Order: sequence, then structure tokens, then C-alpha cells
Amino acid sequence: METFEIEKKDLVRQAQTLKDGGHRFVTLTCLETDPDHLEIIYHFDKDLEISHYRMRTAKNETVPSLSPVFFAAFLVENEIIDQFGITFENLVLDFGGTLYLDDNDDISTTPFCKYGVKRQEKNNQ
Amino acid sequence: MSKTIVPFGPQHPVLPEPIHLSLTVEDEIVQEAVPAFGYVHRGLEKLVEKRDFHQMIQVVERVCGICSMIHAMCYCQALEALMNVEVPRRAKFLRVIWSELHRIHSHLLWLGLYADAFGFESVFMQFWKIRERIMDINESTAGNRVIVSVNQVGGTRRDLPSSQCEWILTELVEVEKGIKDLEATMLDNYTVKKRTIGKGVLSKEMAYELGAAGPTLRASGVAQDLRQLQYEAFDELDFEPVVETGGDAYARGVVRFRETLQSIDLVRQAISRLPGGETAAKVKGKPEGEVVRRVEQPRGECLYYLNANGTKFLDRLRIRTPTFANIPPLAHMLPGMELADVPVLILSIDPCISCTER
Repeated sequence: METFEIEKKDLVRQAQTLKDGGHRFVTLTCLETDPDHLEIIYHFDKDLEISHYRMRTAKNETVPSLSPVFFAAFLVENEIIDQFGITFENLVLDFGGTLYLDDNDDISTTPFCKYGVKRQEKNNQ
Repeated sequence: MSKTIVPFGPQHPVLPEPIHLSLTVEDEIVQEAVPAFGYVHRGLEKLVEKRDFHQMIQVVERVCGICSMIHAMCYCQALEALMNVEVPRRAKFLRVIWSELHRIHSHLLWLGLYADAFGFESVFMQFWKIRERIMDINESTAGNRVIVSVNQVGGTRRDLPSSQCEWILTELVEVEKGIKDLEATMLDNYTVKKRTIGKGVLSKEMAYELGAAGPTLRASGVAQDLRQLQYEAFDELDFEPVVETGGDAYARGVVRFRETLQSIDLVRQAISRLPGGETAAKVKGKPEGEVVRRVEQPRGECLYYLNANGTKFLDRLRIRTPTFANIPPLAHMLPGMELADVPVLILSIDPCISCTER
């Protein structure tokens, strides 16, 4: 699978360029690469050709949201917040980590991380 | 008139599965619709840590019962790409036959629910009665009515003898006749048109920009269907996407109605051109690498991402289902609509919350 590496600072600008070029947003895939880092793969489509952009981030860093460019991204970004505990910047509709999860602190974890932490503990750091 | 927030769902007569919408209404006109989920989330993607890549076929089939076969087909396609497995030609045709039968019974189920949503209970029962013939075909050919479980890595676990193929063709004659008998009621009826034409309009530009999928996308004039990628045996079948330009709830109904008949034709084509030979290739080794595969489910484009590390357990499985893609378009099409139209409009995207939450 061919992917293009992309820096965090270039993400929104690149997404706008793709949109202007006629691409549509498909989805994001979040991966845990090690205890401290995640990768997000951005999938776009044009004329049935799919392209993938890969961005690496530390778990405690904020990631720019694509939702101001592609509104449809808000849903999967909220899902990633629930599953991996990432914080997205400029998210147009933020469920605050409760898209699927209850707002009960006892279950507010990062369930899709092998090296997960409770959100409560994270907030206390 | 002050604004009121009306909670819609998770339990509602038109909703077979639970989704909640917070509808901000003013004088019974929807101003804003905010979806909420989490009632049936099962964390199936996470199960790759506990189930090996063969066992995961049974898991992905349970992402959604209605399109279980197509979920498994897409997952197997991804593994076959990772493991360089060449699927026998006969298995590719068999996969087309079962997947199109799934599309027929999914659309028939939806057409019945849709008719019920605007009060046509008799039509609802007639569509479901027709659908029973497809369920009988599933049961006879695969042993199960819904989760047919015919896929394996490298091909199919079952074959279709010629006697069963002939019987399927006989049944499809009755299915086609039954659907066509209901065509005037569904597509040329005053009440149906009154409830659906001009409702929930999604322009071609917005459908594309919002990432709509499947009939929701094609009803807005975008001729995109993943079967155009010619996966499995679609490279040998005559196929053109069904497209409407109205962009409203009526157009979405027309697309699904016509696609049901188109799938009958595809099953006939596949049976008539079904080659001989093996139904599965031998598979050795374990998958390694990452891959994306997409297929066209009854509700639209479904994406599977697999990341494998050379062991029997995958590192990551990610599934983007079509209803997930159609939620933002739904949130866009509801504002400006009357509260009474909301149930019909939600059904018009054929929502599957089981798929959405996985």
C-alpha cells in the first residue's frame, strides 16, 4: 500500500489542496505504533482512485482537525478521540470523548491502545 | 416561536436499530440535527488481538447481518492481497452470486421498512414476503438465512451445483415478478411522491463533498459504485451504476428499487457464465504488511484496512462502513425539513447502526 508521508503542519493545507483538486474524504485510520506514538492514515478518493497520507504524532500532542475542510471528518475524528484519546484542534463538532463512551470516568479509557491510560489519570498529569 | 429540542430515538417505530438524534426544531421545522451513538458498540475491530486472522472472518460477518457476506468477502480480499493468493475464477463468480443475493434481500428489507414508514403496511409485508425467497436460497445454498458464512481466505467454503443454480434462476423469476408488481405502488403513487419528492435534497456537490456513499451518493447524480473497480468477477459482467439526479428521498428509493432488479440480472449473468474448477486456493503462511480494500455493499462503499505483522494475529483492523459515511449527509439534509418528515428521511439513507458502531 503506497502512502505519502505528511507533516502535521502541512496537513490542513494539503487537505484543502486535495479538496480543491476534486478529492473526496473517505476516512481516517488510527494506529498505535509504540507506547508513545500514533499514526493517522488519511484516505481520500477521486474517480475511484484512493490515496493515503500518513502522519505520525506523539500521544500527548494535539492534531489539527480536518473537519473545517471536510465536514465529514468530524465523525471519525470523534471516534478516534474515544478509542485512542487524541485531542483534535478546531474540531467543528466535539463530543468530548463521549461519541460511544459514557462520561463515567471509570470507563473513560483509551480502549484501542494496547498501552492505554485512563483519561482521568491523563487529566491529572 | 422559541426553539425546542426533540429527542428522536434511540427507540422509535421506524428505527430497527438504535440511533439518537437531538433535533432542534422551531415551529416544527428542524433547525439542527446532532447524532449520538454508543448503544450497540461492540468493539469488533479490537478483537483482532484475541482472534486469529482466520477466526476474524466469523467476526467481521457479524459487523452487520444484512451484508455479512460482503463484509467477509472484503476482509478475505484484503488478506488474499497481503498473502498473494490467487482466488480461483469459479470462486470469484460464486462470491458475486452470494453478494448480489445479499444486495437483493437488503434492498427488499429496506423497501419494506420504507413503505412502512409512510404507512403502507401491506406493501411492507409484500416486499418481505418476496424477500423470503432470497432467504430460502441462502438457507438452501449456505445453510443459513442471514449469515451465510461462505467465504474463506482463498475462495469460498461452498459450491453451487448446477441443480441449485437452476433452482435459483427459477426463484428469481418469481422475485422479479413480485418486485415489478409493486413498482407502480412504490414509484408512481401520489402518497409516496408527496412524502418523498423534494424531501431531504442532497445536491451532487454536497453529496460528494460530504463523503456520501452508495445509493445516497448515486441518487444525487454521482455515478460512483465500487463494483466499477471490477473486483471478483465484475470484469466479466455487464454492469453500469444506477444513477438518479433528484437527490431527494424519492431518488434514493428509485436507485434502490432499480438496483434490486439490476442485482437479479447480475446473478443471472454470473450463473450463466459460471466457470468450472476449484472453489478455493490453498493458503500457506501468515499475512504481513498493510492493505486497503473497498467493496460496494448494499448501503454503499465499505473500506477495510488491515495491518499484519507476520503472526496469526493482525495488528490492526479498521472498517469504514457506508452508514458511517452517510451520517454527515443525513445531518446536512434534515435542517429545513418538517419534523414529520424526519423518520422517512432517516430511513432514506438506509441506516445500519450495527455497521456504524461495529
